[in-house]
Amino acid sequence: MNTQLSSLDYLAIYKMMQLIRQTELGIAERYPKGQMRCPTHLSVGQECTPAVLSKLLTHQDLAVSTHRSHAHYLAKGGDLNAMLAEIYGKETGCSKGRGGSMHLIDQSVGFKGSTAIVGNTIPIGVGLALAKKIKQEQGIAVVFLGDGATEEGVFYESANFAAVQSLPVLFVCENNLYSVYSSLDVRQPKGRGIAELSSSLGLASFTADGNNVLSSHTALSSAILHIKQGKGPALVELSTYRWLEHCGPHYDNDIGYRTEQEFLAWKDRDPISCFESELLFSVLATQTQLEEIQIQVQKQVKSAFTFAEQSPFPDYKVQDQNVFARSGL
Amino acid sequence: MSKQVMTYAEGINLAMHQCMTLSDDVICYGLGVDDPKAIFGTTAGLVEKFGSSRVFDMPTAENGMLGVGVGAAINGLKPVMVHQRLDFFLLAMDQLVNSAAKWFYMFGEQQSVPLTIRLMLGRGWGQGPTHSQNLQAWFAHIPGLKVVMPSTPNDAKGMLAASIFDPNPVVFIEHRWLHHQEGEVDLSIEYFEPLDKAKVIRHGDDITIIALSYQVVEARRAAKALAENGIDAEIIDLRAIQPIDWETVTTSIRRTGRLLAVDTGMTTCSVSSEIVSTISEACFDNLKCAPKRLAMKDMPEPTSYGLTRGLYHGAFEIAKLVHEMVKGKDSEQLYSELKVNGNHDVPGDWFKGPF
Ligand SMILES: Cc1ncc(C[n+]2csc(CCOP(=O)(O)OP(=O)(O)O)c2C)c(N)n1
Ligand SMILES: [Mg+2]
Repeated sequence: MNTQLSSLDYLAIYKMMQLIRQTELGIAERYPKGQMRCPTHLSVGQECTPAVLSKLLTHQDLAVSTHRSHAHYLAKGGDLNAMLAEIYGKETGCSKGRGGSMHLIDQSVGFKGSTAIVGNTIPIGVGLALAKKIKQEQGIAVVFLGDGATEEGVFYESANFAAVQSLPVLFVCENNLYSVYSSLDVRQPKGRGIAELSSSLGLASFTADGNNVLSSHTALSSAILHIKQGKGPALVELSTYRWLEHCGPHYDNDIGYRTEQEFLAWKDRDPISCFESELLFSVLATQTQLEEIQIQVQKQVKSAFTFAEQSPFPDYKVQDQNVFARSGL
Repeated sequence: MSKQVMTYAEGINLAMHQCMTLSDDVICYGLGVDDPKAIFGTTAGLVEKFGSSRVFDMPTAENGMLGVGVGAAINGLKPVMVHQRLDFFLLAMDQLVNSAAKWFYMFGEQQSVPLTIRLMLGRGWGQGPTHSQNLQAWFAHIPGLKVVMPSTPNDAKGMLAASIFDPNPVVFIEHRWLHHQEGEVDLSIEYFEPLDKAKVIRHGDDITIIALSYQVVEARRAAKALAENGIDAEIIDLRAIQPIDWETVTTSIRRTGRLLAVDTGMTTCSVSSEIVSTISEACFDNLKCAPKRLAMKDMPEPTSYGLTRGLYHGAFEIAKLVHEMVKGKDSEQLYSELKVNGNHDVPGDWFKGPF
């Protein structure tokens, strides 16, 4: 399939896709019980891009993300137990229950934070890259963003500065055609792609089929190479589709902003089953290997939910403490 | 004059339909105004009736799109811009503060900015640090902006209509826990409630409770329980926080001699702070005890269900504090039936999240 990737790499990417899918579906299944009481945006259908990046990034690379960040956090190596505990609002959560699903962090793997205001982390990722440049640190900064976020002025401002200073930053734009219930054509001019826009802003720009591992890998690895060669920032636009409602655990193709037909067409291009077929067809994996991975992941996800559900809530009596850092922190 | 019982969200929706019928200059835009959920139903039917050139979705571009609204307003339109969270609108502070609020004064009164900005705020269900902020005081601090926070369906309808036809920029703030509340609404097509008048909604002699937005609902519940314990509270629904109707407020406090200001926002530099300081200046000699504020702690709102316990105040906290102010003793058990029983993070058990 691709000479840059070994069969072990493929299986690792497959495993990450499974981890993301099963975690997200696990949340969707349990969400109606009312124990995860915060706005929660799932990435079912969008597993390919983060899974491919999980092979391309190391802990020297830093990442920031959006309201829809579970997949990015996991792909960066973020701790699953701490993420689920966070969504359950528990003391053991990655943000001690303060942030919920939309505010994830795992410093130990370079996941520097995801936030809930659209566009909010775009300049922050550029700032991470600026610090890397000044401190002459290895690695790059990665900014995950959606198609909608490119409409915010801050995208232009940040991309412009990154280009001026030739900063080591990769913008990973998952274009899933929607911002909540608003389709792309009421938000951006027809025929002008996001990669085209970013190219004119001075970013090296690439496009890829964000449901296809090889296509995504080719574009993302080329962009990363470009940045690591010191040639400046890059953006990759990856086309994909979210299966579930914008926020919450349900399907919502019936409410009228998109059609069941459109959804089914994208579902046919399910990144996971397509990848499975390719792996089997190219004899890079056996059915048994894939099933073993699925079972391993199932166990991991199940025990993470148990961990989250059994963890205690933080102590509300000290809810107003530590609004400020003490010196030394 | 016919009236009908409807929800707060329906009152807003009716005002929108009527105002867009009254004037072709009224336009309505914002993320999701024409989507299937229609901003909690408040914009339902508008695009079907008035067309997509007057009712439209927009790019995720809050600051730019507010500036576009200012430009459209000074060129003859009356834009109504909608944001599902006040927090998203924070991106638009430049156009709000430096353009909308200043234009009329700064250019020698030549051109006013008839613009209405509907903002939603709230609490609970893990909305957390960046989706729940009650920052109404920020807007009240800016001269040139009118800021209103109606609490009833009828006021929502009448004050939205008045906001739209007011020549100035008006920030119209809705608490999400009010959207489902029901009340009788005046159906007249030209029905305007003033943007600068508070309303005495319960008469009493012992204390004046000044509440705004959702806290008015809680104050009413508290007053009922207080009456059973021999305390007669007057409640003022503030309705407008810029300008504040000082005449109604001071008249009441001169009579009752006691003040509790109940806010939905954080304590420091809040609307309730403003009320307490102005009353201390204007009515010092009439006060029988120190005026008090009941507002949120100065801290970001956490997301965790466990961590938000005890964070919100409502009827119980109001009643307990009023009892102490009037009778000077602790009364916790007298009001225990006002405590939230059930989940503290939802307006009612019917609410299943996530939005
Ligand atoms: C400044 C701001 N405006 C609006 C919102 C409401 N909002 C939350 S997610 C979202 C959609 C953004 O779309 P996109 O960037 O394409 O990401 P996707 O949800 O598709 O992953 C919107 C509009 C917000 N959180 N912040
Ligand atoms: Mg999108």
